[in-house]
Amino acid sequence: MLAHLPVLQVIVPLLAAPLCLFLTRPRLAWGFALFVSALAFVISCILLQQVMSSGIIIYELGGWEAPWGIEYRIDPLNAFLLLIITAISTVVLLAAHTSIQQEIPRERQTLFYILYLLSLAGMLGIVATGDAFNVFVFLEISSLSAYALIALGKDRRALWAAYQYLIMGTVGATFILIGIGLMYQMTGTLNMDDLSRRLPEVEHTRTVFTAYAFIIVGICLKLALFPLHLWLPNAYAYAPSIVTAFFAATATKVAIYLLIRFTFSVFGLTFSFTALPLRLLFLTLGLVGVFAASTTAIYQKNVKHLFAYSSIAQIGYMIIGFSVSTTTGLMATLLHLFNHALMKGALFLALCGVIYRIGSVQLKHFNGLGYQMPYTMAAVVIGGLSLIGVPLTVGFISKWYLILAVIENGWWPVAVLILLGSLLAVVYIWRIVESAYFKSPLPGRGNIKEAPLSILLPVWLLVIANIYFGIDTRLSVQVTQAAAMSLFGVGP
Amino acid sequence: MGHYNYWIVIVLMMIGFYIVIAHGNLIKKIIGLGIFQTSVFILYISMANVDGGTAPIFAEGICQYSNPLPHVLILTAIVVGIATTALGLALTLRIKEAYGTIEEEEIQEKDNLDC
Repeated sequence: MLAHLPVLQVIVPLLAAPLCLFLTRPRLAWGFALFVSALAFVISCILLQQVMSSGIIIYELGGWEAPWGIEYRIDPLNAFLLLIITAISTVVLLAAHTSIQQEIPRERQTLFYILYLLSLAGMLGIVATGDAFNVFVFLEISSLSAYALIALGKDRRALWAAYQYLIMGTVGATFILIGIGLMYQMTGTLNMDDLSRRLPEVEHTRTVFTAYAFIIVGICLKLALFPLHLWLPNAYAYAPSIVTAFFAATATKVAIYLLIRFTFSVFGLTFSFTALPLRLLFLTLGLVGVFAASTTAIYQKNVKHLFAYSSIAQIGYMIIGFSVSTTTGLMATLLHLFNHALMKGALFLALCGVIYRIGSVQLKHFNGLGYQMPYTMAAVVIGGLSLIGVPLTVGFISKWYLILAVIENGWWPVAVLILLGSLLAVVYIWRIVESAYFKSPLPGRGNIKEAPLSILLPVWLLVIANIYFGIDTRLSVQVTQAAAMSLFGVGP
Repeated sequence: MGHYNYWIVIVLMMIGFYIVIAHGNLIKKIIGLGIFQTSVFILYISMANVDGGTAPIFAEGICQYSNPLPHVLILTAIVVGIATTALGLALTLRIKEAYGTIEEEEIQEKDNLDC
């Protein structure tokens, strides 16, 4: 049983999704989905523990030896990502039933859980697999279900957002497909490990260069790197709140994982950073992304839009860490991956509660909310502080490592710019705080109760995680360090 | 002209991509996306071709055959393409119901009015 964990990680949610069809009552489907997600979480915990104690786990699907068969290869990086995805998915699902009951018509609720599990399975598959073509297949599984999930939003703009995401996402995925095809053409293999050994023999050819360029652009579309982020704000803003919380915390992280995997493991560091001026390109795009997106966030009237733009800015930070391309830089990226999932999970789940009670996330409706929904708004404030990077929150840890990495490289001006970027976050978080605590409620609004416990509980679970991992960094730092070192080919 | 297939791939790719970007009609965009994806299918099929090779059948007298793996890969990608097209068309249908139009500009206009 233990030996089959890598494949069970993906297969369990994949097979559970169609089984939901038999559960016509939404509550049953929810319970089942929650159970499956929790099971996936337990599997990922065991996998991480195994990887950290005994090294890389290789699983050959159907007993076919790699590179002929597909292999799943779990190293510290995958295991870390699997843990983030399953943990967030489980916590978000805790709140799902209450929120979905209100936002999605009853007859579609079961379908919602099917799509949710499919999307989860897709993301887990992308991360677990060691086969380049398999990545594409799982990418499409998760994306197609994501488009449908976003289209479930109440507002008709959700449909338009889903359509735009579908076009952009498909173009991105097809780019990745082209890249994989060209790699196969040159090497005759699709196994990532095998590719990493065979690509250097042909790396001077234009085909390999083209393959790399296609893959990078495709992935950047998926991860909403500025200026390829245009699909993201509306998709996040009009999707059902649960979907936003899930995707904001996981979807772009998976794309960052792919970027790291292809750059470091498949193409190798020397090729990746010499073929394209990747370092300068990503540093510039990351910085511009931080400033452009944070500034746009300040002017948003819809709080979901505000946090969506903030997400794009946070991706900018991850890309800066990536562009440093040292162990510390990569650690900063991976830490921020984890930490950002905790922050945005908490924030968007808290918005779930707000939507549940007042049915809107317009900033003007937040007036006076600090006194009417004290626990929800306290969660938003702590999440916001974490986003800014205040000490004792996880945000501080990732900013600390990022600045450390940048300074190690001697990029002082970049460090200053990162700090300035954080100040912009202060401004947009302050706008919410100002509304919630220093303005009187809009006239004619009745008594508003605190969000229900079923939403409040997962929110605070994530908020406490935000503080806990901001103080006790052993787990996150240890794992990210192992992951970064294994990518650079040193250490275990 | 040795790379005849690849030229076709590039031409189709650019036509498809152009339609996706330039056209405001949602159905036309999906058609463009279809052409774009098809060009990639041809790319895979072309690279699998072996000069003088036959279909990969295990039988006597057949010693040279095309590489079957890209065929299998692209079968998967075709299925994905169909799913994407179907989902795109379904969304277009719902957009038509909700907005009364499938022109990008008009949808954008109606959204701006809502804000």
